[in-house]
Amino acid sequence: MANGTIAANGKTFYEEGTTKAKTGLTAWIFSTDHKRIGLMYLSAISIFFSAAVIIALLMRLELIAPGKTIMEPQTYNSLFTLHGVIMIFLFIIPGIPAVFGNFFLPLQIGAKDVSFPRLNLLSFWIYIIGAFLVLLSLALPGGPIDTGWTFYIPYSVRSGTNISLAIFAAFVLGFSSILTGLNFITTVHRLRAPGMSWFKMPLFVWATYATAWIQIIATPVIGITILLVIIERFFGVGIFDPALGGDPILYQHLFWIYSHPAVYIMILPAMGVVSEIIPTFARRTIFGYRAIAMSSLAIAFVGYLVWAHHMFTSGISDAARIIFSLLTFIVALPSGVKVFNWVATMYKGSIDPKPPFLWVMSFIVLFSIGGLTGLVLGSLATDIHLHDTYFVVAHFHYVMFGGTGTIFFAALYYWFPKMFGRLYNTKLANIGVALFFIAFNLLYFPKFILGYMGMPRRYYDYLSEFTSLQLISTIGSWVMAIALIIVIGNIVHGIFRGPKSTSNPWGGVTLEWHTSSPPPLENFHEIPTVTHEPYDFSQLEEMKNE
Amino acid sequence: MFPGPTSHVETVDFVFLYIVGISVILLLGITAVMIYFVFKFNRKKGHKPKDIHGSILLETIWIAIPTVLVLSMFYFGYIGYEELRDIPDDAMQVEVIARMWEWDFRYENGKVTKELYVPLSKPIKLVMESVDVNHSFYIPAFRIKEDVIAGKKNVLGFTPSRIGEYDVACAEYCGLQHSMMYTKVIVMPEREFEEWYANTEETAVEPENK
Repeated sequence: MANGTIAANGKTFYEEGTTKAKTGLTAWIFSTDHKRIGLMYLSAISIFFSAAVIIALLMRLELIAPGKTIMEPQTYNSLFTLHGVIMIFLFIIPGIPAVFGNFFLPLQIGAKDVSFPRLNLLSFWIYIIGAFLVLLSLALPGGPIDTGWTFYIPYSVRSGTNISLAIFAAFVLGFSSILTGLNFITTVHRLRAPGMSWFKMPLFVWATYATAWIQIIATPVIGITILLVIIERFFGVGIFDPALGGDPILYQHLFWIYSHPAVYIMILPAMGVVSEIIPTFARRTIFGYRAIAMSSLAIAFVGYLVWAHHMFTSGISDAARIIFSLLTFIVALPSGVKVFNWVATMYKGSIDPKPPFLWVMSFIVLFSIGGLTGLVLGSLATDIHLHDTYFVVAHFHYVMFGGTGTIFFAALYYWFPKMFGRLYNTKLANIGVALFFIAFNLLYFPKFILGYMGMPRRYYDYLSEFTSLQLISTIGSWVMAIALIIVIGNIVHGIFRGPKSTSNPWGGVTLEWHTSSPPPLENFHEIPTVTHEPYDFSQLEEMKNE
Repeated sequence: MFPGPTSHVETVDFVFLYIVGISVILLLGITAVMIYFVFKFNRKKGHKPKDIHGSILLETIWIAIPTVLVLSMFYFGYIGYEELRDIPDDAMQVEVIARMWEWDFRYENGKVTKELYVPLSKPIKLVMESVDVNHSFYIPAFRIKEDVIAGKKNVLGFTPSRIGEYDVACAEYCGLQHSMMYTKVIVMPEREFEEWYANTEETAVEPENK
């Protein structure tokens, strides 16, 4: 391990920055250090996530009983649109890659930073500008958007609200996503530590790498689509609006050609985190490393070919519906492989079910429910009935919130000591996971039943036969609020008041655990040379001397 | 299976229960094995962990079996869908016109109504178009829906097999009163329907915008 000594002064990246200013706001917002950028994303994303949760709580309160409870229909329509836009574009798409990808991708491959640190800072700023435009669209005359996050035409051409600005914000946010993807791909290709061959990379790196390809290939499609909508709105050129001779179905195709792969942008990095946490707490190697790595690429590829399953009732041809149904079932297989391999990794391990591991167990159940109900929606006969009902709402909340959301917390609880050099309260963390799991099912499971009973989504009001299940769901939202306060409160308290942590409290062996916690500015006191497989726990003994 | 208000209901419910049945078995299996492992291989028991890198046999099995399962799910879904799309040529045709936020139904004899009246046991073919934004014609009790789009004639068929009134909802978000865009489909005995159909004066409603 003699690749030149760097940053041997023992300072952490909190104490030493890349900017002239040593402390204060400018030392952060102009920092090109990938770790500081990751933490800035974390702060911004936490604010947006909390806002969208509060919006959701208000919506659930409105839906506690039929008829008006606390708001008018126009307000409700704006709220569900905002909830979707914020959660999708500002929380879950950037989510894990922007926060944990930024912080841990260079660490896990033994690099000092990403390939283009200044571009990385630019991505962050573009993200902030995009988020600011979303907020601006709320404040300007015309009013908050009310189209749903899908912006389906013709409604979005006719709505008098600030659609152009809001979708332009999505356009801007897209650039942030593309540049981050580009940066990560280059980093993985160029900056791996000596000895780290492709199949010695940690699986989180594989997942982030596969995600980055989707980001740079799929995102331009939504960018072009958004420009076309803006041209249509301002110049009256008939592209999508049938009143101008356009085709509204074409819009749906273009929208989902991006937005379905985007679903994999949301879930793949989460799967990568799961593949990190299970080996660490089972203290054995991952089962089927190559299958898991390759299934990420398979999902990224086949994920491009299933978009029209969002359109089974739109009037596309029968042949198209049948082909897309078949492909949708195929894309379920690599996800299944991952779940089986994760459970198999627990076999003959030495399992210490610490909070990050409990989050992963919760994830496996919730994500499996989400994935399996996806099969019901992939099947044509049943999708015709369930499309655009609460069944779909329940399904994607199980996948997105139960899947990615849960793993966002798992990642935070796993890498917390590395990021902050402190620990949170373990007992409270366990209570948080358990309460989250109960609240989650209380909140979303009734929606499966409501959907099968025929409750359509995006409804301000509903028939009286749906009342009791809606009530249970609303009560679930309150329990969820308590769970989130515990889960997030524990983290916030830990950051400022938590006890100091050792540099490797869980006994992890991937490269980020080979440096101090928090890491120094350029990550490693000495660039490591990789001789072991990523999850080879026999190195724990030698690591004690590092 | 319970007999539903159309024969298609039983088909859809069967496909649903087939997929859900398999899913529940898989879910319980995965969950049970995971929980068992966490207790059995708990660190407190002091086992020495064993690195198992994989097993070609196991991995082949859990790709092959799910492949067969999902292909069977696809097949049943496909068959059920074909049944829905198989609309006989002699089906009674009704034009459906959707606008924000109401439905019009136009019959071949020029009759126009706000609710859909159909005779028992006769195949019905709905030819649907929107005059403004996207809507979706959804009869939950019949397990069917199809989007209603401007400038495009989408088709939906069904054969009612039980007398009664069933809710029709709009399933594609269409603005302010989307959730109030309900109407009914009324299935009548054939003779009663004939009488109603012949009487062009009584229930006819002129659409407002045309």
